[in-house]
Amino acid sequence: MSDVSAKKVLFEPIFSNNPIALQILGICSALAVTTSLSVTLVMCASVIAVTAFSNLAVSLIRAQIPNSIRIIVQMTIIASLVIVVDQLLKAYAYEISKQLSVFVGLIITNCIVMGRAEGFAMQNPPMLSFLDGIGNGLGYSIAILFVAVFRELFGSGELLGFTILASVNDGGWYVPNGMMLLPPSAFFIIGLGIWALRTWKPEQVEEPDFKMSAHKTREAF
Amino acid sequence: MAKKKETVGKTIQVAFALCIVCSVIVSAAAVSLRPQQALNQELDIKSNILQAAGMSEPGANRERIEELFGRFTPRLVDLRTGQFTTPEELGVADVLSYDQYRATDDPNMSTRLSGDQDTANLRRRAHAATVYILEENGETVRVVLPVHGPGLWSTLYGFISLEGDLNTIEGLGFYDHAETPGLGGEVDNPRWKSQWVGQKLYDDNKSEPQIRLVKGGASPDSEHQIDSLSGATLTARGVENLINFWMGENGFAPFLNNLRDGEA
Repeated sequence: MSDVSAKKVLFEPIFSNNPIALQILGICSALAVTTSLSVTLVMCASVIAVTAFSNLAVSLIRAQIPNSIRIIVQMTIIASLVIVVDQLLKAYAYEISKQLSVFVGLIITNCIVMGRAEGFAMQNPPMLSFLDGIGNGLGYSIAILFVAVFRELFGSGELLGFTILASVNDGGWYVPNGMMLLPPSAFFIIGLGIWALRTWKPEQVEEPDFKMSAHKTREAF
Repeated sequence: MAKKKETVGKTIQVAFALCIVCSVIVSAAAVSLRPQQALNQELDIKSNILQAAGMSEPGANRERIEELFGRFTPRLVDLRTGQFTTPEELGVADVLSYDQYRATDDPNMSTRLSGDQDTANLRRRAHAATVYILEENGETVRVVLPVHGPGLWSTLYGFISLEGDLNTIEGLGFYDHAETPGLGGEVDNPRWKSQWVGQKLYDDNKSEPQIRLVKGGASPDSEHQIDSLSGATLTARGVENLINFWMGENGFAPFLNNLRDGEA
Protein backbone atom coordinates (compact mmCIF):
# COMPACT_ATOMS: atom_id res chain seq x y z
CA MET A 1 0.00 0.00 0.00
CA SER A 2 2.12 2.88 -1.25
CA ASP A 3 -0.35 5.75 -1.31
CA VAL A 4 -2.76 5.81 1.58
CA SER A 5 -6.18 7.36 1.04
CA ALA A 6 -9.14 6.98 3.33
CA LYS A 7 -11.35 5.33 0.74
CA LYS A 8 -8.69 2.87 -0.23
CA VAL A 9 -7.88 2.00 3.35
CA LEU A 10 -11.55 1.35 4.07
CA PHE A 11 -12.52 -0.65 0.99
CA GLU A 12 -9.36 -2.39 -0.12
CA PRO A 13 -9.44 -5.06 2.61
CA ILE A 14 -12.94 -6.13 1.59
CA PHE A 15 -12.11 -7.84 -1.68
CA SER A 16 -8.68 -6.83 -2.97
CA ASN A 17 -6.75 -7.47 0.22
CA ASN A 18 -9.15 -9.57 2.25
CA PRO A 19 -7.58 -10.63 5.55
CA ILE A 20 -8.99 -14.14 5.37
CA ALA A 21 -8.87 -14.85 1.65
CA LEU A 22 -5.57 -13.18 0.78
CA GLN A 23 -3.69 -12.58 4.00
CA ILE A 24 -5.03 -15.87 5.45
CA LEU A 25 -5.32 -14.30 8.91
CA GLY A 26 -7.90 -15.13 11.54
CA ILE A 27 -8.87 -18.51 10.15
CA CYS A 28 -9.25 -20.11 13.60
CA SER A 29 -12.30 -18.16 14.65
CA ALA A 30 -13.69 -18.39 11.12
CA LEU A 31 -14.00 -22.14 11.69
CA ALA A 32 -15.47 -21.91 15.14
CA VAL A 33 -18.21 -19.30 15.03
CA THR A 34 -19.70 -19.80 11.59
CA THR A 35 -22.27 -22.52 12.27
CA SER A 36 -25.10 -20.03 12.53
CA LEU A 37 -25.58 -16.64 11.01
CA SER A 38 -26.82 -14.73 14.06
CA VAL A 39 -23.80 -15.76 16.12
CA THR A 40 -21.53 -14.83 13.21
CA LEU A 41 -23.07 -11.37 12.94
CA VAL A 42 -22.36 -10.64 16.58
CA MET A 43 -18.82 -11.94 16.18
CA CYS A 44 -18.37 -9.64 13.16
CA ALA A 45 -19.57 -6.61 15.07
CA SER A 46 -17.23 -7.46 17.95
CA VAL A 47 -14.22 -7.92 15.68
CA ILE A 48 -14.92 -4.69 13.76
CA ALA A 49 -15.23 -2.76 17.02
CA VAL A 50 -12.05 -4.24 18.47
CA THR A 51 -9.93 -3.79 15.33
CA ALA A 52 -11.13 -0.23 14.78
CA PHE A 53 -10.66 0.97 18.34
CA SER A 54 -7.40 -0.85 18.95
CA ASN A 55 -6.02 0.67 15.74
CA LEU A 56 -7.21 4.09 16.87
CA ALA A 57 -5.71 3.74 20.33
CA VAL A 58 -2.39 2.35 19.10
CA SER A 59 -2.14 5.06 16.46
CA LEU A 60 -2.88 7.83 18.98
CA ILE A 61 0.01 6.85 21.21
CA ARG A 62 2.29 5.48 18.52
CA ALA A 63 4.82 8.28 19.00
CA GLN A 64 5.06 7.44 22.70
CA ILE A 65 5.35 3.67 22.50
CA PRO A 66 8.94 2.56 23.11
CA ASN A 67 9.99 0.09 20.48
CA SER A 68 11.10 -2.52 22.98
CA ILE A 69 7.64 -3.01 24.50
CA ARG A 70 5.44 -2.16 21.54
CA ILE A 71 3.94 -5.64 21.13
CA ILE A 72 3.02 -5.82 24.80
CA VAL A 73 1.47 -2.37 24.64
CA GLN A 74 -0.65 -3.36 21.64
CA MET A 75 -1.62 -6.60 23.32
CA THR A 76 -2.72 -4.79 26.49
CA ILE A 77 -4.88 -2.37 24.53
CA ILE A 78 -6.46 -5.18 22.51
CA ALA A 79 -7.04 -7.36 25.56
CA SER A 80 -8.75 -4.51 27.43
CA LEU A 81 -11.03 -3.79 24.49
CA VAL A 82 -11.93 -7.46 24.15
CA ILE A 83 -12.83 -7.71 27.84
CA VAL A 84 -15.06 -4.66 27.49
CA VAL A 85 -16.78 -6.20 24.44
CA ASP A 86 -17.20 -9.50 26.28
CA GLN A 87 -18.77 -7.76 29.27
CA LEU A 88 -21.13 -5.84 26.98
CA LEU A 89 -22.22 -9.03 25.25
CA LYS A 90 -22.83 -10.78 28.56
CA ALA A 91 -25.01 -7.88 29.63
CA TYR A 92 -26.98 -7.26 26.45
CA ALA A 93 -26.78 -10.38 24.28
CA TYR A 94 -26.57 -13.14 26.86
CA GLU A 95 -27.79 -16.05 24.71
CA ILE A 96 -25.38 -15.27 21.91
CA SER A 97 -22.51 -14.64 24.28
CA LYS A 98 -23.08 -18.13 25.66
CA GLN A 99 -22.77 -19.60 22.17
CA LEU A 100 -19.71 -17.54 21.37
CA SER A 101 -18.24 -18.60 24.72
CA VAL A 102 -14.46 -18.56 24.53
CA PHE A 103 -14.28 -17.15 21.03
CA VAL A 104 -14.97 -13.59 22.15
CA GLY A 105 -11.97 -13.89 24.43
CA LEU A 106 -10.01 -15.36 21.57
CA ILE A 107 -10.43 -12.17 19.54
CA ILE A 108 -7.35 -11.16 21.54
CA THR A 109 -5.35 -13.73 19.63
CA ASN A 110 -7.07 -13.03 16.33
CA CYS A 111 -4.15 -12.32 14.06
CA ILE A 112 -6.06 -9.63 12.14
CA VAL A 113 -6.30 -7.31 15.13
CA MET A 114 -2.68 -7.67 16.13
CA GLY A 115 -1.51 -7.62 12.51
CA ARG A 116 -3.25 -4.34 11.74
CA ALA A 117 -2.10 -2.69 14.96
CA GLU A 118 1.52 -3.62 14.27
CA GLY A 119 1.45 -3.34 10.50
CA PHE A 120 -0.67 -0.24 9.96
CA ALA A 121 -1.55 1.73 13.06
CA MET A 122 2.07 2.04 14.20
CA GLN A 123 2.92 4.04 11.05
CA ASN A 124 -0.28 5.93 10.23
CA PRO A 125 -2.39 8.74 11.70
CA PRO A 126 -5.36 7.91 13.96
CA MET A 127 -8.26 8.55 11.56
CA LEU A 128 -6.76 6.44 8.80
CA SER A 129 -5.92 3.68 11.26
CA PHE A 130 -9.47 3.71 12.54
CA LEU A 131 -10.79 3.32 8.98
CA ASP A 132 -8.25 0.61 8.30
CA GLY A 133 -9.53 -1.22 11.36
CA ILE A 134 -13.12 -0.95 10.14
CA GLY A 135 -12.08 -2.03 6.65
CA ASN A 136 -10.23 -5.08 7.85
CA GLY A 137 -13.02 -5.93 10.23
CA LEU A 138 -15.44 -5.72 7.31
CA GLY A 139 -13.18 -7.90 5.18
CA TYR A 140 -13.14 -10.50 7.94
CA SER A 141 -16.91 -10.16 8.32
CA ILE A 142 -17.64 -10.63 4.61
CA ALA A 143 -15.54 -13.77 4.56
CA ILE A 144 -17.04 -15.38 7.64
CA LEU A 145 -20.58 -14.35 6.72
CA PHE A 146 -20.05 -16.07 3.38
CA VAL A 147 -18.98 -19.22 5.23
CA ALA A 148 -21.80 -18.93 7.76
CA VAL A 149 -24.52 -18.60 5.11
CA PHE A 150 -23.42 -21.87 3.50
CA ARG A 151 -22.98 -23.67 6.78
CA GLU A 152 -26.27 -22.68 8.35
CA LEU A 153 -28.24 -23.19 5.13
CA PHE A 154 -26.89 -26.63 4.32
CA GLY A 155 -26.14 -27.72 7.88
CA SER A 156 -29.51 -27.01 9.42
CA GLY A 157 -31.67 -25.76 6.52
CA GLU A 158 -32.18 -22.39 8.16
CA LEU A 159 -30.99 -18.81 7.83
CA LEU A 160 -31.03 -16.61 10.93
CA GLY A 161 -33.30 -19.22 12.48
CA PHE A 162 -35.90 -19.07 9.69
CA THR A 163 -36.47 -22.36 7.94
CA ILE A 164 -35.44 -22.20 4.28
CA LEU A 165 -35.07 -25.89 3.53
CA ALA A 166 -37.52 -27.88 5.66
CA SER A 167 -35.42 -30.60 7.26
CA VAL A 168 -36.40 -34.23 7.68
CA ASN A 169 -36.38 -33.91 11.48
CA ASP A 170 -39.22 -31.42 11.24
CA GLY A 171 -41.11 -33.44 8.68
CA GLY A 172 -39.66 -31.75 5.56
CA TRP A 173 -37.64 -33.17 2.69
CA TYR A 174 -34.14 -31.82 3.29
CA VAL A 175 -31.58 -34.12 4.90
CA PRO A 176 -29.24 -31.76 6.76
CA ASN A 177 -25.59 -32.10 5.90
CA GLY A 178 -24.12 -32.77 9.32
CA MET A 179 -20.59 -32.17 8.11
CA MET A 180 -21.47 -28.53 7.48
CA LEU A 181 -21.88 -28.06 11.21
CA LEU A 182 -18.41 -29.46 11.95
CA PRO A 183 -15.32 -27.26 11.73
CA PRO A 184 -13.66 -28.90 8.67
CA SER A 185 -16.46 -27.77 6.37
CA ALA A 186 -15.38 -24.16 6.96
CA PHE A 187 -11.97 -25.05 5.49
CA PHE A 188 -13.59 -26.36 2.33
CA ILE A 189 -15.84 -23.32 1.99
CA ILE A 190 -13.00 -20.88 2.61
CA GLY A 191 -10.90 -22.80 0.07
CA LEU A 192 -13.65 -22.66 -2.55
CA GLY A 193 -14.20 -18.99 -1.74
CA ILE A 194 -10.51 -18.19 -2.26
CA TRP A 195 -10.63 -20.08 -5.57
CA ALA A 196 -13.65 -18.07 -6.72
CA LEU A 197 -12.10 -14.78 -5.60
CA ARG A 198 -8.83 -15.46 -7.39
CA THR A 199 -10.62 -16.45 -10.57
CA TRP A 200 -12.38 -13.09 -10.43
CA LYS A 201 -9.21 -11.17 -9.50
CA PRO A 202 -6.36 -13.14 -11.09
CA GLU A 203 -3.74 -10.66 -9.80
CA GLN A 204 -4.21 -12.22 -6.34
CA VAL A 205 -2.78 -15.52 -7.52
CA GLU A 206 0.66 -15.89 -5.99
CA GLU A 207 3.72 -16.94 -7.97
CA PRO A 208 4.36 -20.60 -7.31
CA ASP A 209 7.21 -21.07 -4.83
CA PHE A 210 8.87 -23.64 -7.05
CA LYS A 211 8.31 -25.17 -10.44
CA MET A 212 7.96 -28.84 -11.15
CA SER A 213 10.47 -29.77 -13.79
CA ALA A 214 9.39 -32.03 -16.58
CA HIS A 215 9.74 -35.71 -15.88
CA LYS A 216 12.94 -37.18 -17.25
CA THR A 217 13.49 -40.85 -17.82
CA ARG A 218 16.88 -41.92 -16.52
CA GLU A 219 18.38 -45.33 -16.51
CA ALA A 220 19.12 -46.62 -13.07
CA PHE A 221 22.72 -47.60 -12.55
CA MET B 1 8.88 12.63 19.73
CA ALA B 2 11.10 15.38 20.96
CA LYS B 3 12.53 13.34 23.79
CA LYS B 4 14.23 10.06 23.27
CA LYS B 5 11.64 7.35 23.74
CA GLU B 6 13.88 4.36 24.07
CA THR B 7 15.20 5.00 27.58
CA VAL B 8 14.39 2.65 30.45
CA GLY B 9 12.62 5.37 32.40
CA LYS B 10 10.36 6.22 29.50
CA THR B 11 9.57 2.56 28.90
CA ILE B 12 8.49 2.05 32.48
CA GLN B 13 6.53 5.30 32.39
CA VAL B 14 4.57 4.29 29.30
CA ALA B 15 3.93 0.79 30.59
CA PHE B 16 2.68 2.14 33.93
CA ALA B 17 0.41 4.77 32.40
CA LEU B 18 -1.04 2.24 29.99
CA CYS B 19 -1.74 -0.26 32.76
CA ILE B 20 -3.56 2.37 34.80
CA VAL B 21 -5.71 3.51 31.88
CA CYS B 22 -6.57 -0.02 30.75
CA SER B 23 -7.40 -1.28 34.21
CA VAL B 24 -9.69 1.68 34.83
CA ILE B 25 -11.54 0.99 31.58
CA VAL B 26 -11.85 -2.73 32.23
CA SER B 27 -12.97 -2.42 35.82
CA ALA B 28 -15.43 0.35 34.98
CA ALA B 29 -17.02 -1.89 32.35
CA ALA B 30 -17.09 -4.91 34.65
CA VAL B 31 -18.57 -3.08 37.61
CA SER B 32 -21.16 -1.04 35.73
CA LEU B 33 -22.48 -4.02 33.76
CA ARG B 34 -22.57 -6.52 36.60
CA PRO B 35 -26.22 -5.97 37.69
CA GLN B 36 -27.44 -6.52 34.13
CA GLN B 37 -25.32 -9.67 33.80
CA ALA B 38 -26.55 -11.09 37.10
CA LEU B 39 -30.10 -10.53 35.93
CA ASN B 40 -29.36 -12.43 32.72
CA GLN B 41 -27.85 -15.34 34.61
CA GLU B 42 -30.80 -15.56 36.94
CA LEU B 43 -33.19 -15.54 34.00
CA ASP B 44 -31.11 -18.20 32.28
CA ILE B 45 -31.37 -20.52 35.28
CA LYS B 46 -35.12 -19.90 35.48
CA SER B 47 -35.62 -20.69 31.83
CA ASN B 48 -33.55 -23.85 32.32
CA ILE B 49 -35.80 -24.95 35.15
CA LEU B 50 -38.78 -24.39 32.86
CA GLN B 51 -37.05 -26.27 30.07
CA ALA B 52 -36.33 -29.26 32.30
CA ALA B 53 -39.97 -29.21 33.35
CA GLY B 54 -41.05 -29.21 29.71
CA MET B 55 -42.69 -25.84 30.16
CA SER B 56 -40.44 -23.59 28.15
CA GLU B 57 -41.89 -21.63 25.27
CA PRO B 58 -39.58 -20.74 22.41
CA GLY B 59 -39.03 -17.00 22.18
CA ALA B 60 -40.59 -16.31 25.55
CA ASN B 61 -39.61 -12.88 26.82
CA ARG B 62 -38.50 -11.91 30.30
CA GLU B 63 -42.01 -11.31 31.62
CA ARG B 64 -43.32 -14.61 30.29
CA ILE B 65 -40.43 -16.55 31.82
CA GLU B 66 -40.99 -14.80 35.15
CA GLU B 67 -44.70 -15.57 34.94
CA LEU B 68 -44.21 -19.26 34.17
CA PHE B 69 -41.51 -19.54 36.79
CA GLY B 70 -43.78 -17.84 39.30
CA ARG B 71 -46.01 -20.92 39.30
CA PHE B 72 -43.23 -22.88 40.96
CA THR B 73 -42.62 -22.66 44.69
CA PRO B 74 -38.93 -22.79 45.54
CA ARG B 75 -38.32 -24.72 48.76
CA LEU B 76 -35.19 -25.63 50.67
CA VAL B 77 -34.56 -29.29 51.41
CA ASP B 78 -32.19 -30.59 54.06
CA LEU B 79 -30.49 -33.48 52.30
CA ARG B 80 -29.39 -35.06 55.61
CA THR B 81 -32.93 -35.56 56.85
CA GLY B 82 -34.88 -35.44 53.62
CA GLN B 83 -37.18 -32.80 55.15
CA PHE B 84 -38.00 -29.27 54.08
CA THR B 85 -35.97 -26.70 55.93
CA THR B 86 -36.15 -22.95 56.36
CA PRO B 87 -33.78 -20.16 55.31
CA GLU B 88 -33.29 -19.26 59.01
CA GLU B 89 -31.90 -22.69 59.81
CA LEU B 90 -29.36 -22.31 57.05
CA GLY B 91 -28.55 -18.74 57.97
CA VAL B 92 -29.56 -17.14 54.68
CA ALA B 93 -31.95 -14.28 54.02
CA ASP B 94 -34.51 -16.07 51.88
CA VAL B 95 -34.98 -19.19 49.78
CA LEU B 96 -33.68 -17.74 46.52
CA SER B 97 -30.52 -16.30 48.04
CA TYR B 98 -29.30 -19.74 49.11
CA ASP B 99 -26.58 -20.90 46.73
CA GLN B 100 -26.10 -24.64 46.91
CA TYR B 101 -22.90 -24.55 44.89
CA ARG B 102 -21.27 -21.96 47.09
CA ALA B 103 -22.38 -23.93 50.15
CA THR B 104 -20.67 -27.02 48.73
CA ASP B 105 -17.28 -25.35 49.27
CA ASP B 106 -18.13 -24.15 52.77
CA PRO B 107 -17.12 -26.69 55.45
CA ASN B 108 -19.89 -25.45 57.75
CA MET B 109 -22.58 -25.95 55.16
CA SER B 110 -21.50 -29.19 53.52
CA THR B 111 -20.40 -32.72 54.29
CA ARG B 112 -17.44 -34.63 52.97
CA LEU B 113 -18.59 -37.72 51.13
CA SER B 114 -16.80 -40.96 51.92
CA GLY B 115 -15.40 -43.06 49.09
CA ASP B 116 -18.26 -45.52 48.81
CA GLN B 117 -20.91 -42.81 49.11
CA ASP B 118 -19.31 -40.68 46.47
CA THR B 119 -20.36 -42.57 43.35
CA ALA B 120 -20.26 -39.42 41.20
CA ASN B 121 -16.87 -38.01 42.32
CA LEU B 122 -18.39 -34.96 43.95
CA ARG B 123 -16.14 -34.99 47.05
CA ARG B 124 -18.48 -32.74 49.03
CA ARG B 125 -22.22 -32.29 49.23
CA ALA B 126 -24.05 -29.26 50.57
CA HIS B 127 -26.39 -29.84 53.49
CA ALA B 128 -29.28 -28.32 51.65
CA ALA B 129 -30.57 -27.85 48.12
CA THR B 130 -33.20 -25.67 46.49
CA VAL B 131 -36.03 -27.58 44.84
CA TYR B 132 -38.87 -26.17 42.77
CA ILE B 133 -42.34 -27.56 43.27
CA LEU B 134 -45.35 -27.03 41.06
CA GLU B 135 -48.70 -27.66 42.67
CA GLU B 136 -52.08 -27.74 41.03
CA ASN B 137 -55.24 -28.00 43.17
CA GLY B 138 -53.17 -28.86 46.20
CA GLU B 139 -51.40 -31.74 44.50
CA THR B 140 -47.76 -31.89 43.59
CA VAL B 141 -47.57 -32.27 39.81
CA ARG B 142 -43.93 -31.48 39.15
CA VAL B 143 -40.73 -31.37 41.14
CA VAL B 144 -37.58 -29.88 39.66
CA LEU B 145 -34.33 -30.89 41.36
CA PRO B 146 -30.83 -29.52 40.83
CA VAL B 147 -28.16 -32.04 39.86
CA HIS B 148 -24.47 -31.67 39.18
CA GLY B 149 -21.36 -33.76 38.75
CA PRO B 150 -18.17 -34.07 36.75
CA GLY B 151 -18.20 -35.16 33.12
CA LEU B 152 -14.94 -35.33 31.22
CA TRP B 153 -13.64 -31.75 31.23
CA SER B 154 -16.05 -29.92 33.41
CA THR B 155 -18.73 -30.12 36.05
CA LEU B 156 -22.17 -30.40 34.50
CA TYR B 157 -24.88 -28.37 36.22
CA GLY B 158 -28.49 -29.07 35.40
CA PHE B 159 -32.00 -29.79 36.50
CA ILE B 160 -34.11 -32.91 36.40
CA SER B 161 -37.86 -32.65 36.52
CA LEU B 162 -40.10 -35.40 37.89
CA GLU B 163 -43.80 -35.95 37.47
CA GLY B 164 -46.19 -36.08 40.41
CA ASP B 165 -45.45 -39.77 41.06
CA LEU B 166 -41.85 -38.69 41.85
CA ASN B 167 -40.59 -41.52 39.64
CA THR B 168 -41.31 -40.63 36.02
CA ILE B 169 -38.84 -38.24 34.43
CA GLU B 170 -40.39 -35.18 32.88
CA GLY B 171 -37.20 -33.76 31.46
CA LEU B 172 -33.50 -33.18 31.98
CA GLY B 173 -31.33 -30.28 31.00
CA PHE B 174 -27.83 -29.01 31.70
CA TYR B 175 -27.37 -25.26 31.76
CA ASP B 176 -23.67 -25.12 32.37
CA HIS B 177 -20.91 -27.42 31.19
CA ALA B 178 -17.79 -27.34 29.03
CA GLU B 179 -17.82 -30.76 27.39
CA THR B 180 -16.45 -31.16 23.86
CA PRO B 181 -18.92 -29.64 21.37
CA GLY B 182 -20.28 -32.34 19.10
CA LEU B 183 -19.29 -35.21 21.42
CA GLY B 184 -19.95 -34.70 25.13
CA GLY B 185 -21.63 -31.42 24.25
CA GLU B 186 -24.44 -33.53 22.77
CA VAL B 187 -25.95 -33.63 26.27
CA ASP B 188 -27.66 -30.47 25.00
CA ASN B 189 -29.07 -32.23 21.94
CA PRO B 190 -32.88 -32.02 22.13
CA ARG B 191 -33.29 -35.42 20.49
CA TRP B 192 -31.07 -37.08 23.06
CA LYS B 193 -32.75 -35.24 25.91
CA SER B 194 -36.17 -36.32 24.64
CA GLN B 195 -35.24 -39.95 25.42
CA TRP B 196 -35.32 -39.17 29.12
CA VAL B 197 -38.94 -38.10 29.01
CA GLY B 198 -41.21 -40.78 30.45
CA GLN B 199 -38.38 -42.99 31.74
CA LYS B 200 -38.62 -44.21 35.33
CA LEU B 201 -36.00 -43.59 38.00
CA TYR B 202 -36.83 -46.44 40.35
CA ASP B 203 -38.07 -49.99 40.51
CA ASP B 204 -39.75 -51.21 43.68
CA ASN B 205 -36.90 -49.98 45.85
CA LYS B 206 -37.37 -46.25 45.90
CA SER B 207 -33.86 -45.52 47.13
CA GLU B 208 -31.91 -47.10 44.30
CA PRO B 209 -32.23 -45.33 40.98
CA GLN B 210 -31.76 -47.63 37.97
CA ILE B 211 -30.83 -45.20 35.19
CA ARG B 212 -28.35 -46.66 32.70
CA LEU B 213 -26.77 -45.06 29.66
CA VAL B 214 -26.35 -47.93 27.24
CA LYS B 215 -23.85 -48.15 24.41
CA GLY B 216 -25.23 -49.42 21.15
CA GLY B 217 -28.73 -48.21 21.87
CA ALA B 218 -31.17 -48.48 24.73
CA SER B 219 -33.67 -51.31 24.69
CA PRO B 220 -37.06 -49.86 23.74
CA ASP B 221 -38.82 -51.96 26.40
CA SER B 222 -36.69 -50.70 29.24
CA GLU B 223 -37.98 -47.98 31.49
CA HIS B 224 -34.52 -47.11 32.77
CA GLN B 225 -32.25 -47.08 29.74
CA ILE B 226 -31.09 -44.17 27.63
CA ASP B 227 -28.76 -44.26 24.63
CA SER B 228 -25.19 -43.46 25.52
CA LEU B 229 -23.48 -40.60 23.68
CA SER B 230 -21.24 -41.82 20.90
CA GLY B 231 -17.67 -40.64 21.24
CA ALA B 232 -18.33 -39.39 24.74
CA THR B 233 -17.97 -42.38 27.03
CA LEU B 234 -16.70 -40.35 29.97
CA THR B 235 -19.33 -37.63 29.72
CA ALA B 236 -22.05 -40.29 29.48
CA ARG B 237 -20.62 -42.14 32.48
CA GLY B 238 -20.56 -38.83 34.38
CA VAL B 239 -24.20 -38.16 33.56
CA GLU B 240 -25.24 -41.68 34.58
CA ASN B 241 -23.33 -41.41 37.86
CA LEU B 242 -24.57 -37.99 38.76
CA ILE B 243 -28.23 -38.85 38.11
CA ASN B 244 -27.95 -42.05 40.13
CA PHE B 245 -26.13 -40.23 42.93
CA TRP B 246 -28.56 -37.37 43.22
CA MET B 247 -31.61 -39.58 42.94
CA GLY B 248 -30.06 -42.07 45.39
CA GLU B 249 -29.96 -42.30 49.16
CA ASN B 250 -27.26 -39.64 49.53
CA GLY B 251 -29.13 -37.33 47.22
CA PHE B 252 -32.83 -36.66 46.99
CA ALA B 253 -34.22 -40.19 47.56
CA PRO B 254 -35.01 -39.64 51.30
CA PHE B 255 -36.73 -36.38 50.46
CA LEU B 256 -38.70 -37.90 47.59
CA ASN B 257 -39.78 -40.79 49.81
CA ASN B 258 -40.93 -38.36 52.50
CA LEU B 259 -42.73 -36.28 49.94
CA ARG B 260 -44.44 -39.35 48.55
CA ASP B 261 -45.62 -40.31 52.03
CA GLY B 262 -46.66 -36.75 52.73
CA GLU B 263 -44.12 -36.38 55.54
CA ALA B 264 -41.63 -33.95 54.06
